[in-house]
Amino acid sequence: MDFLRPASWEEALAAKAEHPTAVPIAGGTDVMVEINFDHRRPEYLLDLNRIGELGEWEVGQDTVRLGASVPYTKIMENLRTELPGLALASHTVASPQIRNRGGVGGNLGTASPAGDAHPALLAADCEVEVESVRGSRRIPIDDFYTGVKRNALAPDELIRAVHIKKADGPQQYSKVGTRNAMVIAVCAFGLALHPETRTVRTGIGSAAPTPVRATAAEEFLNAALEEGGFWDNGKIITPSVAKQFADLCSAACNPIDDVRGTASYRRHAVGIMARRTLTWTWESYRGGAASTKGSVA
Amino acid sequence: MAQNTRTVPAGTPTEVTQNHVKGGVGESTLRPDGTLKVTGEFAYSSDMWHEDMLWGQILRSTVAHAEIVSIDTSEALAMDGVYAVLTHEDLPAAKNYGMEFQDTPVLAYGKVRHHGEPVALVAADHPETARRAAAKIVVEYRELPLITDEASATAPDAVLVHENRDDHHSGHVPHPNIVHRQPIIRGDAAEAAKRADVIVKGEYTFGMQDQAFLGPESGLAVPAEDGGVDLYVATQWLHSDLKQIAPCLGLPEDKVRMTMAGVGGAFGGREDISMQILASILALRTGKPVKMVYNRYESFFGHVHRHPAKLYYEHGATRDGKLTHMKCKIVLDGGAYASSTASVVGNAASLSVGPYVIDDVEIEAIGLYSNNPPCGAMRGFGAVQACFAYEAQMDKLAAKLGMDPVELRQLNAMEQGTIMPTGQLVDSPAPVAELLRRVKARPMPPERQWESSEGSDVRALPGGLSNTTHGEGVVRGVGYAVGIKNVGFSEGFDDYSTAKIRMEVINGEPVATVHTAAAEVGQGGVTIHAQIARTELGVQQVTIHPADTQVGSAGSTSAGRQTYMTGGAIKNSCEIVREKVLEIGRRKFGSYHPAWATAELLLEGGKVVTDGGEALATIADVLEDEAVETEEVWRHRPTQAFDLVTGQGNGHVQYAFAAHRAVVEVDTELGLVKVIELAVAQDVGKAVNPLSVIGQIQGGTTQGLGVAVMEEIIVDPKTAKVRNPSFTDYLIPTILDTPTIPVDYLELADPNAPYGVRGIGEAPTLSSTPAVLAAIRAATGLELNRTPVRPEHLTGTGPA
Repeated sequence: MDFLRPASWEEALAAKAEHPTAVPIAGGTDVMVEINFDHRRPEYLLDLNRIGELGEWEVGQDTVRLGASVPYTKIMENLRTELPGLALASHTVASPQIRNRGGVGGNLGTASPAGDAHPALLAADCEVEVESVRGSRRIPIDDFYTGVKRNALAPDELIRAVHIKKADGPQQYSKVGTRNAMVIAVCAFGLALHPETRTVRTGIGSAAPTPVRATAAEEFLNAALEEGGFWDNGKIITPSVAKQFADLCSAACNPIDDVRGTASYRRHAVGIMARRTLTWTWESYRGGAASTKGSVA
Repeated sequence: MAQNTRTVPAGTPTEVTQNHVKGGVGESTLRPDGTLKVTGEFAYSSDMWHEDMLWGQILRSTVAHAEIVSIDTSEALAMDGVYAVLTHEDLPAAKNYGMEFQDTPVLAYGKVRHHGEPVALVAADHPETARRAAAKIVVEYRELPLITDEASATAPDAVLVHENRDDHHSGHVPHPNIVHRQPIIRGDAAEAAKRADVIVKGEYTFGMQDQAFLGPESGLAVPAEDGGVDLYVATQWLHSDLKQIAPCLGLPEDKVRMTMAGVGGAFGGREDISMQILASILALRTGKPVKMVYNRYESFFGHVHRHPAKLYYEHGATRDGKLTHMKCKIVLDGGAYASSTASVVGNAASLSVGPYVIDDVEIEAIGLYSNNPPCGAMRGFGAVQACFAYEAQMDKLAAKLGMDPVELRQLNAMEQGTIMPTGQLVDSPAPVAELLRRVKARPMPPERQWESSEGSDVRALPGGLSNTTHGEGVVRGVGYAVGIKNVGFSEGFDDYSTAKIRMEVINGEPVATVHTAAAEVGQGGVTIHAQIARTELGVQQVTIHPADTQVGSAGSTSAGRQTYMTGGAIKNSCEIVREKVLEIGRRKFGSYHPAWATAELLLEGGKVVTDGGEALATIADVLEDEAVETEEVWRHRPTQAFDLVTGQGNGHVQYAFAAHRAVVEVDTELGLVKVIELAVAQDVGKAVNPLSVIGQIQGGTTQGLGVAVMEEIIVDPKTAKVRNPSFTDYLIPTILDTPTIPVDYLELADPNAPYGVRGIGEAPTLSSTPAVLAAIRAATGLELNRTPVRPEHLTGTGPA
């Protein structure tokens, strides 16, 4: 196994172009597990740790440009206001040690349906900035996940950053695991209210071959909120609307039975999380706070 | 954190003579290895290194039950850096080993009987080379039908897991796929059932728990010039290993010199052999030191687990709550090799009644051979499974009678003087009702602790930081349980320990050296042995010699027995050393003071003193250049085998009791559980080291919690393969899953035991699980007849 250590982003792109099978490694929280278990024996490891800019972020007018290697701890500490859903998701990642090392770029690169960041990214809406020696492009998150542990990257491309919409309304994130910390998601759910566009976005983790949005549920809820004038009158969402939204979120799942849980449980739990996160975000919206009630900042 | 209390009833003879040395019996001396372990500097068995050493690697079977058609090692042998590739054909001597049954192949021959069985062995100059070479060995299997449960094991045409059994139980078992069967019949359960106003029946399932110790199986074998081997290994019982290793190497025992290496947890999982024989064979074969370390994945295949069990119970009671009778059948799955299954069966049967008085019982426990992973010793050893079931039964019965579940238990609680179903008299304190009273009397933790002015603090809620509820669906439940566990090795086993004590003067100070073969697996022998020597010999400085086979057997660090047994051996040897010191004193100084001849003499504060407190001489003056040394064997009182038909016999040495109250909060919609508090009351006889006592009780309680809500090795019933051999999917409690555990311990001395001690490590593991389950039942109203309970069980969304 060769260990490539580019000193700059340009060198990294050149190395990836020369060795398209090279596996990028930053925090190593995914890659090293795979290597330790001998599930994977890459010919080349492409170490991105010398590229400082990957650990930086910029808060712009409408978006946050989050470097691929910004560790979850930094997101929790610094971006709670701008990216409340992702900050909540970051809290659920493994242990403090892992949160100090792991970042969103790794989650996207691995593209496991169980990656904790995905539902928050889908709900907030974002674009993944990828680059190769051929040039740079931005992949909308809706087009990013292409299959089980597969994504839209070309073999010579690297993830440089994620451009995530700044929260314009309340966001929430819930994850079910069978213990209270350090656990891979049995299933997860992200929800973001976007009052500016009067839309709701969702993200579901670990309940389908890829992270998915519950688009039918979103469309139903968007229509119901519009129809009832909810965005303006700030009324409580009726239980029947919340229930139908939850049922449609369950229906958006395409889960499997595995050692972590049953398909039937995953569908059920996604529905419960959808209803609860809708209630929490809507309560915040009515209360005028684009906040994350329930967090422990 | 927890409010711990200690209760010493007036008049109990537990006080030890006060010495003028610090750190004697009864004090919370700190572990000498504590800081090293916390800071990562302690040398575990996996940290050893030897110049020029090779690395051993096992190839394990990929199927559970199959004939081995062929093994091709040629590609592996051809690799650079590979020094040896061995199969059963290369074994130097005995091909099988085992603690009680010699049924386990060193390397599989003929067939493999479980997923992950060792088939071939590699030594190479680098661990990665060894792994890759092992992967190049080609094994052809012809798969055989699987035995996975009682029905498939005992079917008339069942394939035999072991053909031609010729062991001490094969003559009496009803089927060769049953390792051991132990019935216990006392009174007339059928007749007594007629007096019952209420009868409850239940069928319970206990999942396969793993010891999940953090230090994987590892060790170093160094070939010696005399043709023998020096073996450094983390184990629970050096001499039991030695007895099994030497015949497989074809060496006399004195050519196999074992030294204890740093142990990273055990809980029963190191009682059987793991890499000891294989590393030694490679070392002798290659003439080089060989190190072996299992990785986490392999560790799940590298030791036995807790027996999964099916338990069928019937209890009857009169309208006023008096138990009339109990019938039960307990089926323990021992997996492919017997390990300690027979003893687990004996325990499960003899403790299946729980800490209750029931005169009329009909009990049957069996242990199966199957193609599931081998199961053997784990903390609680057969009593754990039974306690889960009989405590569920008590709650069912209480509900049916409309009684308070604690009152029902207290009404039927055993006490000193009770006769066990085996006919054995409980002849030391058995404060079952009192333990229940204590946990019940504790104030309840406040309700809705998650609520704050800032909103809900999710850390205090089920799901924790996963942020699944802000209080929605959360219901509190409270449950109680109490259990009974035997201490020490039972059923007529010649259970002993050995202690070698040396006393000498170094730099003018008297120093005692304690040399035993007792395994320090975290239980605290490392403090307790020194405490006993200080108390008995009145010296401040005590050296604990590393455990090895140059001294007699200490027996196993298991069954809650080491403080009792090796503690007892040390106390006994110290008493002999003390007498020798006094004899020297009398010889040297007897003519100077009449008290040498007339008074009761003690060693205190480095001096010989009279019972009146008068100092006669310093130990240094008595001994001068002389060293006093003795090595003595010490036994607990003998026990008897259980009759194979009636189960009668004084089979146990001592009983231990603990009670729990669990307070849980359940997110009833998502099926997530947060245990808020697990209060314990336990009789410890005598707290030799109170801090260790609390640590043991809290640890046992947490391990019981683990198997209540998360810990289970999942074996695919169609393939008998393990589906979750990793800490990613075999979950153990983290600190966020561990509740406040207030400990209330009593010190009611057992007059038969040294200092009155009672084994403490296992009892808290028993009642913790059923208490948590009872609390979850109370919160959800569900029946919950299996443990661990998973979210899908609480939400009606199907088993995995």
